[in-house]
This record gives sequence, C-alpha cells and structure tokens, in this order.
Amino acid sequence: MVISKNFFTALKSITQGGRLYFTWLVILAALIINGALKYSTQFSQGLIVTSLRDPVSWGFYISNFTFLVGVAAAAVLLVIPAYLYHFKPIKEIVLFGEILAISAICMCLMFVTADMGKPLVVWHLLPIIGKMNFPSSLLAWDVIVLNGYLILNLTAVFYILHRLAHGKQYKMSFLFPIVLISIPWAISIHTVTAFLYNGLSSRPFWNASILAPRFIASALCSGPALMLIIFQILRRVSTIQITDTAIFKIAELIAYAMAVNLFLFAAEVFKEFYSQSIHLAPMEYMYFGLHGHHNLVFWMRLAFAFNVTAFLFFLIPKTRENFLTLNIACVMVIIGVYIEKGMGLIIPGFIPSTLGEIYEYSPSIVEKSVAIGIWACGAMIFTLFVKFAIPIYTGALLPPEDKEKIHAPEHPSRRTDDLYETAHQDRRH
Amino acid sequence: MPSNNDGKKLTRRGFLKGAALGISSIAIPIGSADASVWDAFFQKHFTEMSKDEIQSTIARLEKEYKTDYGVDIKVGAEKAIPNVLFGYGLDLSRCIGCRRCVYACVNENNQSRHDPQIQWISVLRFKKGEKWVSDLEQSEMYYHPEKVPEDGFFYMPVACQQCERPPCVEVCPTKATWKEPDGIVVVDYDWCIGCRYCMAACPYGARHFNWAKPNIPKQEINPVTHYLGNRPRIKGCVEKCTFCIQRTRNGKYPACVEICPVGARKFGNLLDKDSEIRYCIDKKRVFRLKEDLNTSPKFYYFFSL
Repeated sequence: MVISKNFFTALKSITQGGRLYFTWLVILAALIINGALKYSTQFSQGLIVTSLRDPVSWGFYISNFTFLVGVAAAAVLLVIPAYLYHFKPIKEIVLFGEILAISAICMCLMFVTADMGKPLVVWHLLPIIGKMNFPSSLLAWDVIVLNGYLILNLTAVFYILHRLAHGKQYKMSFLFPIVLISIPWAISIHTVTAFLYNGLSSRPFWNASILAPRFIASALCSGPALMLIIFQILRRVSTIQITDTAIFKIAELIAYAMAVNLFLFAAEVFKEFYSQSIHLAPMEYMYFGLHGHHNLVFWMRLAFAFNVTAFLFFLIPKTRENFLTLNIACVMVIIGVYIEKGMGLIIPGFIPSTLGEIYEYSPSIVEKSVAIGIWACGAMIFTLFVKFAIPIYTGALLPPEDKEKIHAPEHPSRRTDDLYETAHQDRRH
Repeated sequence: MPSNNDGKKLTRRGFLKGAALGISSIAIPIGSADASVWDAFFQKHFTEMSKDEIQSTIARLEKEYKTDYGVDIKVGAEKAIPNVLFGYGLDLSRCIGCRRCVYACVNENNQSRHDPQIQWISVLRFKKGEKWVSDLEQSEMYYHPEKVPEDGFFYMPVACQQCERPPCVEVCPTKATWKEPDGIVVVDYDWCIGCRYCMAACPYGARHFNWAKPNIPKQEINPVTHYLGNRPRIKGCVEKCTFCIQRTRNGKYPACVEICPVGARKFGNLLDKDSEIRYCIDKKRVFRLKEDLNTSPKFYYFFSL
C-alpha cells in the first residue's frame, strides 16, 4: 500500500542524517544509559539513594514533573491564537508544538514513575483491574488527564502525518474536534496538577487559591520560550519555513503571560509579607532563609531576576525583535520558570514540615543522573519524532505532482487556509 | 469492611494474570519466577480478598518472613470489634518527654531500626511561654539532654491522630489506605505504590516511608503481628501508627500506653460511656491538634494539672 509505504519510508529517515545528528543522538544515548544505570541502583536499594526523607518526601523528580506538565500544556495552548485569531504563521508550527507536548508528557510519566516506591505494582492505580481512587484522589485525576492528553496529541499528530505522507489534505472534520478538545484539555492537565498540591490543607504554602492561575501563567512563559528556541533550530537544520513574524508574535505572547505571572507573584508576596502570619515561613525560607537554612535563596532570587529581565526583553519591541536578546530572554524564562515551578514550588511545601522541622534538601547524584537521563530520553523522543515528521511535512518523499498538492506554489499555505475556512464554517453553522 | 465477591474478582484476576504475564516477566528475576512470586505480584487488595484468600496470602507471607528473618512470625487478620471506636488521650501535664513510648512503639511494631530509622511517635519539645499549638516551628524534635524533664520546657508527643476525616485516605490514588470501622486508619503495605501523596497530605507528620528495605535485627522481631499493623514491611511502602491494631483488637492497650511511666497516655472505646477516654473527655478540657483543618482527630490532648 502506498500509504504505509510512504509512512515507512519516512520512518527510515530517522536512520539517515549528518554527523551532527548522530553525535547528538550518541550524547543523548550516553546520558540515557547513565540515567538507567543510576536508576537500577535506586530500583534495587530503594529511594534511600535519593536525598528525600520523611520531612521532604517529594523533591527533584516531582519538581521536574511539575515543570514539564507546564511545557506540555503550553505547547498546545499556542493553538488558541492560531485558531481563534486565525494567525496563520503560528498555525504552521502547531504540529511541532504537539510533538513537543508528546515528548513532555512522556517525560512527565517517567518522572512520576521514577519517584514511585513500588513502580512494579503501578497497575494498582488503573481503573477496573486496579483500584483507582476516583474522583477522590487528584492523583487519579492526573493519571486520567495526562494519559488522555497524550492520546489526543498522538492521534492528531499521527493523523496529520499519515495524511500528508501520501499527499492528501487532512480533513478538518476529523481534526477540528480533536483540536477543540485539546485546548481545554491542555488547561486541565495544568489545573489538575496544580490542584494536586493546592488541595492539601496540611501545606499552607500550596493551599492558596493563587496556585492554579500562577501555574498556567508561568507555563505560558516557559513552554513557548522552549518552542521558540526549538523552532529556530528547526528552521536552520531543515527546510521548514518558520517566519520571523511567528516567532516575534509568540515572544509578545510570552511578555503578556509573564506580566500576569509577575502580578500574581506580587499578590502572593504582598499577602504573605504584609500580614506576617505564621504561614509566611515557606516564603521566608525561599527568599531570605529560615533559621539559618537558605539552600533555595540563591536560586529563587536568580529566578526572580531572570523572570523580570526576560519580561522586559520580551516586552520592548527592539529587544524582542533582536535574535540575540530574544534568545537570551528565552533561556532566562526557561531557567526562571524551571526554578520557580520546580524546586521553588515543591520544596517550600515541605519546609517547615507539618511538625515544624526543617530538613534541607538538595538532590543526590542519583536523582540528578536519573533526571538528566529522563530529559535526554525526552530529547531523543522529540528528535526522532521530528526527524520522522519533517520529510513528510515538507513533502520531500512525495512524487512532484503529489508534492504540489500539499504545497501548491500559488497557495503557499493552502493547507492552513483550508483549515482556516473550515474553522470559519464550523463557527458559522 | 472486607467484602467477598469472588466470582467477579477471580475473572478479573485471571484476565490480568494472562495479560500481564508476558510484559512483567521482564521485571521479575527469572531464577525466582516460581508460583509464589506471581501470587505476590497479583496479590489482591486486602478488602477484596475472601477468607480463604486471606488465609493463603498470610501463609505465603509467613513463609516469606521465615526465610527473610528466620523467625516464625504470626500474621493475624482480626476484624474490628463491633461497637468500638478507638480514641486516645494524652495528658500534657504529666508527659516528661522520656521517649519511652517512642522506643516501645518501635519494638512492638517492627519499625526499621536504621537506614532508615523509622519512629511513629515524634515528641516535640517546647519552651514554656513560647509559641506552640498552632505554630510547631518553635518546637525541637531532636532534643537530647542528660535528664528529662528539663526546666523551662514541656513536651508534646505526636503520632497518627486517627482522623475521622483523614486527608491521607482521601488523596491515596489506589485506596491502599482506609479507615476501619473501629476508626483506625490502616495501610495495605502490598497495595501501596509508594507515591507518598499521603505524606504530603498528612498534617501531623504521621506517615513514614520505607526508603529502603527495613533493617530489623532478628532477635528484636516481634512475631505477633497483624496484616494491617506491625507485620514486617517492604521497601517502598508507607507505614503509620495503627493504635497497635494487633494488641487493641485483642483487648490490650497500645504499647505506648503500657510503657508510659507517668500514666500520661489514655486509651479506650469512645462509644463506651464508662471508658477511660470518655472520662477524660468529660472531666478535662481537651483539645485536638490543628482543629482548623477539620480533620477531626480521635486523639485528645488535655491537662490534668
């Protein structure tokens, strides 16, 4: 069959590439193997090889998980401006956002599994064959929304690629409902993850209603920033056209998201420091240190400085539209939000502990190696997936007449126009 | 609480066994892949086992403990006694902070002695006149004077408060922890997946995790155990105080109550008007820890002096 043939020809393309491509893969593979080896000691000896202990029972793994949920959500949230405002340049690249979302979700699932004491019996939390505590446990909700989100994105991406692989337009009647569901679903994975912490009255630092909104605001900074960097790499190493307009537009969106994030942060800071209640302790620990313990202080201040600087860079058109400052700002936002929504969110929930104990936590070598391994695994998934998708997307594998079908010269982005019209019709009727 | 609906569960189990056999065989060492490994892997949730299944599971566990510790450990599965709701009282005026309760608990309940050291009772020391009750940050958990009680300090032991509305039970994604009819919050150690969400949810620091395989010297093992209580735990599961379920369901006091040299600890049936705990509640001014969280503990602190 032609369909599968083209599909598999494309699959073959992941084994073909330049020296740079293979060096990159080898580095990733080495990091993955190192992580796997370190994980095997954790698996056999238990989580005692981490720095986690009873007072701080979640740490680096859960921090990374939380950050990556944000990346996964934000990658697809770019669909909103693309479809609601028919901003064409972004539409072109939504496919790669979805691939990023898939990679991020895979990393999320790996991080949660790495954090488990008994990963072999993970089937206990499945419905029907296990004993899922739904709807009472937010973790059960998270299992559902994360896996659902993975399936949604996989369906959309494979459908698009499958159609394009044999030179056909994808049908909006099939794709549009998926896109429509995936927008609130992207919000939901983030909201549910925020609620996971938010619902615990035992942890005053998390038990504040600002948590979920701030989660989404900061996710809308880090996710798109990561995509901006990836897009610049993509358009350099492949023939994919990603316009500067699209990139600057996304950068502008990050500025707005960061404005909201900083405002919500200010609201939090005001409430805690003005009222000076005992629940100020975690905040104090983060930014000033508590009773001589200040592991997080440097990082939290760095995150704040980065976020503010990046906000200004994204806000001012001159720095936004200069690729040097733009990329500096992107890196700053990624690091800033990684600290703030990772360790900066999880650890202060446990410091001071519910019985007032302060246990200073910093990840062990095993935790760091496993985390790097999982990141490398995510990068590997993304790289291979994109390598597979690019020739299909550009139509490089198709005979010339088919190629014209998907990239007709008189309609440079006919595919998206199509989509645009369907979206319009759908709305009219 | 335990319900037996064998027919349905057996099919489910059978299906699962077949489906997961291939996949999971990778994870289980080939050398030990005999029937009991599979039985352990597919062990059901405690409340879903029939009487026979409980018996056969216990038989297998006892055999495993024998090989692991070289001791004949008896695992009981006594059910809650009808019309009993256990409650605990702690007289803060009497407590001298000697921590005998802590170690009696460790010995009775087969906690890991080192790497990790697990203690279900934490004794908090407060300076007289300083903040306490709602701000535990001023407390010291690791005090070590030559003699207790120390001048100018008082002590408050904290363990599981056996909440009537336990947040740990609400958040558990697998229902591996639940409240028994006699009010004790228990954990099915084999069903727990070790996600530690309950530890984040518990406002009293009552839940402890087996960061490694528990280390218990053979000669210190307490062989009288309960399935939901002090049977030896496995690596990667959460554990907690069970009001000494293996003792209290057989008419005994918890170990901490028995050991307390000053009689600061009271225990009894909240539904029995003549019980000691009801006497304390009636005659003393009692308070419960972190009332603002509405967890309704069945652990009452009071002052006799």
